[in-house]
Amino acid sequence: MLRTAVRNLLAHKTRLMMTALAVLLGTAFVSGTLVFSDTVGGAFRNKTAKSLDDVAVSVTPGRPGTDTKEGVLDSRVVDRIRALPGVTSVRPSVDGATTVADRNGDPAGTEWGSSGANYVPGKDGKDSRYPLTSGRGPAGADEVALDSKTAAKTGAKLGGTVRLAVDGPVMTKKLVGIVETDNPRVSAGGSLALFDTATAQKLFGKPGQFGELVVSATQGTDQEALTRKVKDALPEGFGAQSGKQLAAEQAKEIDRETSSIRKTLLVFAGISLFVGVFIIANTFTMLIAQRSREIALLRAVGASRRQVVRSVLIEAGLLGLVSSAVGFVLGLGIAVGLRPLLSALGGDLPDGPLVVEPASVLAALAVGLVVTVVAAWLPSRKAARIAPVEALVAVDQAPSQRSLVVRNVIGAVLTGLGVAAMLYVTTLRDSGGMSIAMAGSALTLAGVIVLAPLLSRPFVALFGKITARFTGVSGKLARENALRNPRRTAATASALMIGLTLITGLTVAAVSANQGVDRMGQQDLTADYKVSSNSYLGLSPEVAKTLASRPDVAAAVPLRMTGFQSGGEPTGIQTGDLAALDKITDLRVTSGSLAAVRGKDAVAVSQPYADKHGLKVGSTLPMSFYGGGGAKPRVAAVFAKNDVLVEVVGAPALVDPLLDRVRDDAVYLKAAPGQADKLPAEIKKTLGNNPLIKVESQDDLRRESAGSIDSILYLMYGLLGMAVVIAVIGVVNTLAMSVFERTREIGMLRAIGLARTGVKQMIRLESVMIAMFGAVLGVGVGIFLAWSGGHLLRSSFPEYQMVVPWGRIAIFLLLALAVGVLAAVWPARRASKLNMLESIGSQ
Amino acid sequence: MPYPTAAPAVAAARATGLSKVYGHGETQVRALDSVSVEFRRGEFTAIMGPSGSGKSTLMHCMAGLDTVSAGSAQIGDAELASLGDRELTRLRRDRIGFIFQAFNLLPTLTALENITLPLDIAGRKADQQWLDMVVRTVGLSGRLAHRPSQLSGGQQQRVAVARALAGRPEIIFADEPTGNLDSRSGAELLGFLQESVRALTQTVVMVTHDPVAASYADRVIFLADGRIVDEMREPTADAVLDRMKRFDAKGRTS
Repeated sequence: MLRTAVRNLLAHKTRLMMTALAVLLGTAFVSGTLVFSDTVGGAFRNKTAKSLDDVAVSVTPGRPGTDTKEGVLDSRVVDRIRALPGVTSVRPSVDGATTVADRNGDPAGTEWGSSGANYVPGKDGKDSRYPLTSGRGPAGADEVALDSKTAAKTGAKLGGTVRLAVDGPVMTKKLVGIVETDNPRVSAGGSLALFDTATAQKLFGKPGQFGELVVSATQGTDQEALTRKVKDALPEGFGAQSGKQLAAEQAKEIDRETSSIRKTLLVFAGISLFVGVFIIANTFTMLIAQRSREIALLRAVGASRRQVVRSVLIEAGLLGLVSSAVGFVLGLGIAVGLRPLLSALGGDLPDGPLVVEPASVLAALAVGLVVTVVAAWLPSRKAARIAPVEALVAVDQAPSQRSLVVRNVIGAVLTGLGVAAMLYVTTLRDSGGMSIAMAGSALTLAGVIVLAPLLSRPFVALFGKITARFTGVSGKLARENALRNPRRTAATASALMIGLTLITGLTVAAVSANQGVDRMGQQDLTADYKVSSNSYLGLSPEVAKTLASRPDVAAAVPLRMTGFQSGGEPTGIQTGDLAALDKITDLRVTSGSLAAVRGKDAVAVSQPYADKHGLKVGSTLPMSFYGGGGAKPRVAAVFAKNDVLVEVVGAPALVDPLLDRVRDDAVYLKAAPGQADKLPAEIKKTLGNNPLIKVESQDDLRRESAGSIDSILYLMYGLLGMAVVIAVIGVVNTLAMSVFERTREIGMLRAIGLARTGVKQMIRLESVMIAMFGAVLGVGVGIFLAWSGGHLLRSSFPEYQMVVPWGRIAIFLLLALAVGVLAAVWPARRASKLNMLESIGSQ
Repeated sequence: MPYPTAAPAVAAARATGLSKVYGHGETQVRALDSVSVEFRRGEFTAIMGPSGSGKSTLMHCMAGLDTVSAGSAQIGDAELASLGDRELTRLRRDRIGFIFQAFNLLPTLTALENITLPLDIAGRKADQQWLDMVVRTVGLSGRLAHRPSQLSGGQQQRVAVARALAGRPEIIFADEPTGNLDSRSGAELLGFLQESVRALTQTVVMVTHDPVAASYADRVIFLADGRIVDEMREPTADAVLDRMKRFDAKGRTS
């Protein structure tokens, strides 16, 4: 039987080509994902391990992993540690966000990668952590060194000036040195500015204090033992971790990140493979139908049912193994190609050798094998049902139409359950129905797939009526061919439907979310501009004062956010000039009075928050702040839900005394009448073209949020693209196989006078019917799922309202039409080139 | 009708010095060796000969299904060798009817749809009167809505005959039309073919190796080794069988 399987495989090479391609692409996706994530993870691990090479112990104020800052790292601590045996050096460092202006006055680095640190000259006057490529280390308050990439962006030469800001006004410093760094944050699109230690302390902390001590030890020192010694030498309130510990923690963090990327990618690889299952099943069904006489002959000469089934499964297994082996090689190519692609898109990934784990190889081969064998299993049962007597029956057997009744009943039940679940989801008030919605979506999709043969009849009949009007006999023949085997038409269309359901659902959700965000941003904000910082540190209060004093500014209202917990639940309080709030937002107070929210004993809360926690004017809200300290203010006002404000609002007096440094998150501006257009440029100028300052109009704010949703959507399109490509291969496969099956018919049609173009048109129209059927089903199911699932957002995102982007959906349908035409190119060519005489004579 | 029917005396199809060679060099096979023959209008001709004599090749070449190596093949006044694929397709569609051994019906179409398929392809309207007559002649009146799978072999082949007649072609080529039928259905079918020649004045050329089938024809042409070796008018099954036996004897002695 093995020999029969191998012979069959070899005999049908071309017929199996498309199926092999489908398996190959699916496994390439899987193995590409595995190898890519291993490679990136490995490279990151190498890189961090290298940067921790000379770290024996790291000392930080406070216990690691908490925000409490009890101890003070100053030069006395440094001296104490330096005195410990085995310690070769202690490098005290201070760092914080620093935004450097590029040529255009914009930030040279990303928000989270714009870093600053102190330059610590060693005995030779150089800092080994930041090797100089030119110039020297910064030594005075007005000197700075930059990493080479950032220096290039500023366009400054050694001796030139660089403009930068930490959290306040812009500073101008002289560029004295250019350094190299292996800081992963900087190499991933950030920037690095180095100051002398005293300046850095002034900028990032308190004079005389450090943020971290990096202890180096002599070769062969036991890091753990040294860490314990360091801990013993220090009073309470300090944390010490060995270099190995840090490396292990970072490795764990990297693993967590790469595994989440890996999981996401594998979901999409799984979708592609699932789509492939339909193609494999279709192919084997067709192969077995074409070969039924052969199989009957095998049975007649004594092969058992089991042997027949086994032979089919072995054939599938061999096909799966060969395809996935090739797919794995292609996957390596994907893994290699992804890096420059992602780098070009802005994600700077470290270099490293390709990491091919044996587990990835095994996984790819196993996935290909299992998917192919499982997909061929049902068809193989059909092979077993072929009776030996069929070897002897006459030619021109009508394709046996097994009843679809059982299938339709199952499909109706599944669809019914799925739709019922989704309708139930629409009645839910909160987002707790996520798992029901997932199950409902899966059931609906599965049900429609099972029902597809039933649905194909009216669709193809209707579509065929339209095309037959324009194309005459080819259209009629195409319709009859598409109807001839509803299971096959349905399976082929289903493969395309899966991709389109997901694409449509995501598109509807994304477009609706974007419009919801639009509404949200527009509703309550009455200010003209939002001024905020490009750095996570926020804005110095000076900025708001400067802005308020301008004559062209009617109101400048700063808001700052502070986190606290109330009854164990993390929340945030916004503080600012409450009297001015009505100038920047449409604030509706439902009870109490905002004027009463004054000092440190009163807050205002939003209506939803009050409802949720049973608060009303006069209740007390216990607050405990993260930096320590607490308060028990009274609720003095309740306001209607507002997009600009968070749930709790208070006066600065409540929070400011608890803060190290007071920083505003944003300053909202209302321009003086007629000044709105000129304001952004004027503000930039006033604030010294500070690279930190971001001025956004209402439109900018809207576009910002829309942009991120859109880029996620386009990423999804890209990832689902593979599933669509495999579905298209499936259409090609079905058509090619049915051209093969109908060789005799096509030969006869040619003989009695159907021109080559007519044959081509017949195949093309059949292809278009299948593709359009899949697309219409997918679009329909996608819209339904997006509509019903969207109800889950009602509580957390009340502005969400479903919008169907008909224009985009029309494009999807047009693309499906194009897919149909394209998929038919090769099969139609083959059909039209068939040798008439051989075709008529063939069995 | 786009093509006017020619006068009865004129040949419906004619081969002059027709040769067909397959392959090159040592493997070359001369299937037809300078064959000249005429098929007259309103005549039922049978082509006979042992296997490999070239009878099917002659039919394929005359019907524009295969190309000619040398000589000429004409349908009416059309020289087939001078026509491209497009014109040949048109010619087959409008001027030739076919009946194949294996019926070759489309399983997805009803009997009536199969019968009018050549007209549908041409985008022509069926001549209803003619169609009725054809359907009546082949005895399919009650079966027009059936699909091929619901018809017996004999009925399927009668659908094929009706399909060949439906467009009222200048000539009908039949390739072993009774090859897949039992003797009763075969006799019936040959009766219909004969009837269509006599009553409907059609021209039929039939390839067969069955002497009984050949006896329904007006004229039998015998082929051997790619040449026409004999011709018989008003054949009887016995006479044809005797003639064929001589081929067998010759084949066995050589």
